[in-house]
Amino acid sequence: MSPSNGRKSLLHRLSSTEPPGEESEEQVAEPSEPTEGESLSAKVGLEAQPAAEEDSVADALAAMPETARSDEEFLSPGDILEDRYEILKFLSKGGMGAVYLARDNRFGDARKLVAMKEMISAFRDSVTSRITLETFEREANILAGLNHPAIPKVFDYFHHDRRVFLIIEYVEGSDLESILAEIDFPLPQEKVVKWGIQICDVLSYLHSHQPSPIVFRDMKPSNIMLRDDGRVVLIDFGIAKKFQAGKRGTMIGTEGYSPPEQYRGMAEPRGDIYALGATLHHLLTRRDPRKEPPFTFDDHPMSDFNPTVTPQLEATVSKALAYEIDDRYASADEMKLDLMRLLEPSDRRPGALASSPLASIEEMSPVWSFECEDEIRGTPVIFENAVYFGSYDYNLYALDAETGKEHWRYATEGGIVSSPCVWNETIFFGSEDQILYAVYSRTGRIVWTCPTDGRIRSSPEQEYDHIFFGSDDHQLYAVSAKSGQELWRFDGRAPIRSSPAVSGELIIFGSDDGNVYALDVQTGELRWQCATGSAVQSSPAVAEDMVYVGSGDSSLYALDLANGWAVWRYRTKGQVISSPLVSDSLVYFGSNDHHLYALDGSRGALVWKYATEGSVVSSPKLCEGAIYAGSADGHLYSLDAKTGDLLWRFSTGGIITGSPAISNGVIFVGSADRVMYAVAANPSK
Amino acid sequence: MSIWKRLFDRRRRRQKAAPVRKARISREYKRVDPLQIGQATDIGKARQANEDTFLTLKSLIGAESEPLPVGLLIVADGMGGHVKGKEASSLATRVAGGVIVRDVLLPVLTGQASRVPNRPIHEILTEAAMSANQAVSEMESNAGTTLTSVLVLGHSAYVAHVGDTRVYYLDDNGLQQITQDHSLVNRLVELGQISVQEAHEHPQRNFLYRAVGQEHELKVDTHFQRLKAGSHLILCSDGLWNPVPEEEMADVVRNSSSPQEACNRLIDRANERGGEDNITLLLARVDH
Repeated sequence: MSPSNGRKSLLHRLSSTEPPGEESEEQVAEPSEPTEGESLSAKVGLEAQPAAEEDSVADALAAMPETARSDEEFLSPGDILEDRYEILKFLSKGGMGAVYLARDNRFGDARKLVAMKEMISAFRDSVTSRITLETFEREANILAGLNHPAIPKVFDYFHHDRRVFLIIEYVEGSDLESILAEIDFPLPQEKVVKWGIQICDVLSYLHSHQPSPIVFRDMKPSNIMLRDDGRVVLIDFGIAKKFQAGKRGTMIGTEGYSPPEQYRGMAEPRGDIYALGATLHHLLTRRDPRKEPPFTFDDHPMSDFNPTVTPQLEATVSKALAYEIDDRYASADEMKLDLMRLLEPSDRRPGALASSPLASIEEMSPVWSFECEDEIRGTPVIFENAVYFGSYDYNLYALDAETGKEHWRYATEGGIVSSPCVWNETIFFGSEDQILYAVYSRTGRIVWTCPTDGRIRSSPEQEYDHIFFGSDDHQLYAVSAKSGQELWRFDGRAPIRSSPAVSGELIIFGSDDGNVYALDVQTGELRWQCATGSAVQSSPAVAEDMVYVGSGDSSLYALDLANGWAVWRYRTKGQVISSPLVSDSLVYFGSNDHHLYALDGSRGALVWKYATEGSVVSSPKLCEGAIYAGSADGHLYSLDAKTGDLLWRFSTGGIITGSPAISNGVIFVGSADRVMYAVAANPSK
Repeated sequence: MSIWKRLFDRRRRRQKAAPVRKARISREYKRVDPLQIGQATDIGKARQANEDTFLTLKSLIGAESEPLPVGLLIVADGMGGHVKGKEASSLATRVAGGVIVRDVLLPVLTGQASRVPNRPIHEILTEAAMSANQAVSEMESNAGTTLTSVLVLGHSAYVAHVGDTRVYYLDDNGLQQITQDHSLVNRLVELGQISVQEAHEHPQRNFLYRAVGQEHELKVDTHFQRLKAGSHLILCSDGLWNPVPEEEMADVVRNSSSPQEACNRLIDRANERGGEDNITLLLARVDH
């Protein structure tokens, strides 16, 4: 390809208001690299390519290797062919041969410029040569009969010295691929839409050709020339089309703009519409489909790459890109209409503002609310129609789940930030007064206490009739649930704020020293440990022999339960204090980077993420297909578990650090605004 | 009885079970190799050279007194013309193998009790593939290769792959393909545009959209598979899975007396069906 003349000359085509500079851009785009060698072409399997309905010259030509050419075979400026075409300069060397700028001297002093394309190089055998020549002539004749402003006119073709030349209209301009490569900002949408309209127009012309429709088959940015006056022209029309053998010439590389049905040997007009959709997609997102896995347009909305793309434009491009041929626009005319509608200034389709979730959320009112004397930082627990939770006002509260009326409260001497757990009608919870309490659920009377030497911020876990919890005194304790008598303790060398998880014979928890520990649950002996980059305050979740846990180093880790080896980790942009939730092979968790994440459990691949406006410290909960989580932005969110779409959000007056608890269709969540809320899971409209 | 008590009792029972029958060595006593690996490669019937490369490494000792079976299996299917393809697959295998040996196998052999590799295993496998990519890209030729690495650690298998060299997992629930081919036809099958059968016969069935040595940046797919006792992992190039139907593969594996025998028989099956491509397969059986 000819080198571009620099940013200015390409940019001016975008604005199409400035006149062209002195050195105007002269370029006729060509297909890129030639094929490489015999064995490579054979490997590519080109000979076995499915026959298209019109056996085009290009396919046959592509099956032939290019023989090496010496410089003498090129024409030189000054050479005159057919007694009229004078070579002015060599423009480019394409796969099929050279392209020259020539002057047609038939018209005396008029400076009639034409492009002279050399079509075929030396043949390998005469049979192939005759077939390709006849095919080529047929196609040339069809082209010669076309008349459309976006199609370069074919003026002539002739043989010369074992070569065949095509004389076509010389189009001054730059192709869209070069323009895209020269800029680093997105192309203006309005321009792209206008070009799309022009292309639909020419496609419509081609597709309604008599006696049989002409399928362009090679729509892509490098085949669209943009002229000074803002008009587009299609070039490389069928005749010079060549199957791209891939950068390295082996079995690698696919045509990103081609529709799926092309690989079934079908080439029909609606394939051009797909290719146009792929082209517009590339121009708007700057993502080259040839560099992505095939047919993955659906993987991301266009707005992920270009936030300025409107939903309507996205819908139009997506419809053109439907993999099923019948789901696409039935004709270029239909697509042109939709594109033209996008340009109407008064376009106010009702769906346009739907992407903003806040607009459609009504103010939700809770079923009930209960106010304490200080922040509620922990998670409530529900048991037999009562809600139990701790507050920073030193109390553990027991409320009626239906009405929110207080049954009793138990006063400790320190703030309660952890979450209680229930077993055998007893509520267990830790306080910043360094004591773990066991209190009878019905009356709030003390059953036993277990003192430690540090504040307790870890939530206790019950298993095998024992209570396991951590303390700021660096210890992980295992005590009898009945009596509070200590069974063993383990030194974690730093405060332990994460809550332990028990799985089989192991108990797993994190420490502020950055390690995840797994101990034998009976003896407290260390089985394995895994180092992360920073404090682990998130509580692990165990599922299918994997341990998922977040770290202050901003990653969510997946560890092998058997030996603690990290299988994968997913990096976020903020500390992960939230404890993950696993359901149906998906792992859900929040990060201090404000997002709620859903990952594939076995590979750590992102399924979806949702942006809130504050850190998500709270751990998500799942109920009936919806994920619930609180954010430091003060809202409780309800998202669709599969897609991450917002269902609703509920506002509180302070940050939410605890997780919600769900029972009987009601969600209980506490906030730093001192209030415990009960919210209906399915707010009636 | 509560779970707690059951656990507690189990421990006591274990302590009590001192061997009573001593002197007599049972004739039926069988040595069981906890990790058996079979391997086979064949040029096939149509090609002029074997461009596939494979690597297997195995160890049974861990840092602690308990044995820790560790296996590394790599298959690379080169493309780009006889010599170049082989160079590419060999280079990729050695470079990737080297990274995994350095970052996983060496720590296992030389590390202290409960010391673990400092990075998640998937990241190590991905880095191994990327190093291979770098090395092959720098080769003078324009060749490329697929690359599939499987690391077995105890009961866990970690897989990283690029291309269409597949990994299957076989247990009593059946045969399951773990990897997704990075091929054009696989994408078409996923979209429902063509059937699996059509994919096997499609003229562009060898077209990959991702391979090692082709692009500066490489995206590697990773997988994790838990291995049950008695289960198998099959790692094979398309020279095997293209001609030999999956049910037949599973059948041969199940009915062979050893992984090596199964490998040899499967090569024969592929050749019986034309042997149009190089055939390489590695088979691991976990028995602990």
